[in-house]
Amino acid sequence: MKLIIIFISAAIVNNYVLASFLGICPFIGVSKKLGSAMSMGVATTFVMTLTAAVAWLINKYILIGLHLEYLEIVAFILVIASLVQLVEMFIKKTSRPLYDALGIFLPLITTNCAILGLALFLVMKQYGFVESIVYGFASGFGFSLALVIMAGIREELEIGDVPQPLRGASITLIIAGCLALAFMGFAGLI
Amino acid sequence: MAEKKVTLIREFTKGLWDENPILRMVLGTCPTLAVTTSAINGFSMGLAVFFTLVMSSLIISLARKLIPNEVRIAAFIVVIATFVTVTDRVMAAFYPEISAALGPFIPLIVVNCIVLARQEAFASKNPVGRSVIDAIGMSVGFTLVLLALGSIRELIGNGTIFSLQIMPRNFTTWMVMALPPGAFLMLGFFIGIANWINAREKRA
Repeated sequence: MKLIIIFISAAIVNNYVLASFLGICPFIGVSKKLGSAMSMGVATTFVMTLTAAVAWLINKYILIGLHLEYLEIVAFILVIASLVQLVEMFIKKTSRPLYDALGIFLPLITTNCAILGLALFLVMKQYGFVESIVYGFASGFGFSLALVIMAGIREELEIGDVPQPLRGASITLIIAGCLALAFMGFAGLI
Repeated sequence: MAEKKVTLIREFTKGLWDENPILRMVLGTCPTLAVTTSAINGFSMGLAVFFTLVMSSLIISLARKLIPNEVRIAAFIVVIATFVTVTDRVMAAFYPEISAALGPFIPLIVVNCIVLARQEAFASKNPVGRSVIDAIGMSVGFTLVLLALGSIRELIGNGTIFSLQIMPRNFTTWMVMALPPGAFLMLGFFIGIANWINAREKRA
């Protein structure tokens, strides 16, 4: 039951993009086409789930074990960067079609603040191992959800008559504001 | 000499408008949206980025001939992460309330695209003085936008600026401006207005 609450809370109520403002750069940059938005969502969810597991282990056994908590920022960013690199090499070796689909999105994930944010939130929330993994997956799912909804709206928007100065990032942010307003309605859910 | 002086001023002013990191290049939007619930929060975040960006640019620019090209991104990130850790600890020790209000967004300066982008695009290719001036210009541009956004959101959402009552007492505050949707809407309009002004300048 607790795991379900963690999932709903991280994926919908405290949605990373629309409520916590994490991962806005890919949210604006990669939401032009539905297809690439989905690939980005899958790649990010995958890396986030892995990061949750690895960050939990690092925090528990290295940072707390050796009393190095003040190094958490440096440690996490290095772990994330190498993790993304490893995942990229692994996918390239094992599944060529998947690599072609995710290819260019993988390196971008390193600088997605949602990933580092996830690691930092995990330390703050003091979840156990399984809870951390569920939390990581749920956060990734919430990110993908927001990204795919936005991509769907922006594809429709292509044929809409948007005033010239508002085109691009501007109208995307205004729509995101409306989406965030809608997502606030979920606040009473838990 | 005169010519060089002009270009140095130019390195500074380009960050204020022409290449303003938020309004023109749409970089570093996550902290911009998250911390501008009030003027003081936006301003503190600006200062934190100011320190990190100027110090990182200084170090990277000094070490630009020592860093091998293949590992430059990793080297940049380690330098940035070090200064972010310093900022984070200092804020937590001396300004605990602001540190609590900004929460994880101080550590998240590490992955703020503005800082990394300036190292990659400027500090790793230019002499120290020029890089520092570029960093100062960029962070002042960033801070000004944060301050403006924070002030407007605090004014409409709470009726105050820097906790001073501005609006009349019976002003009904728009709660939504202090919440996430207000941040998205306001930044969207800011960028729209910046685009509009630029388009007008071009036509004139």
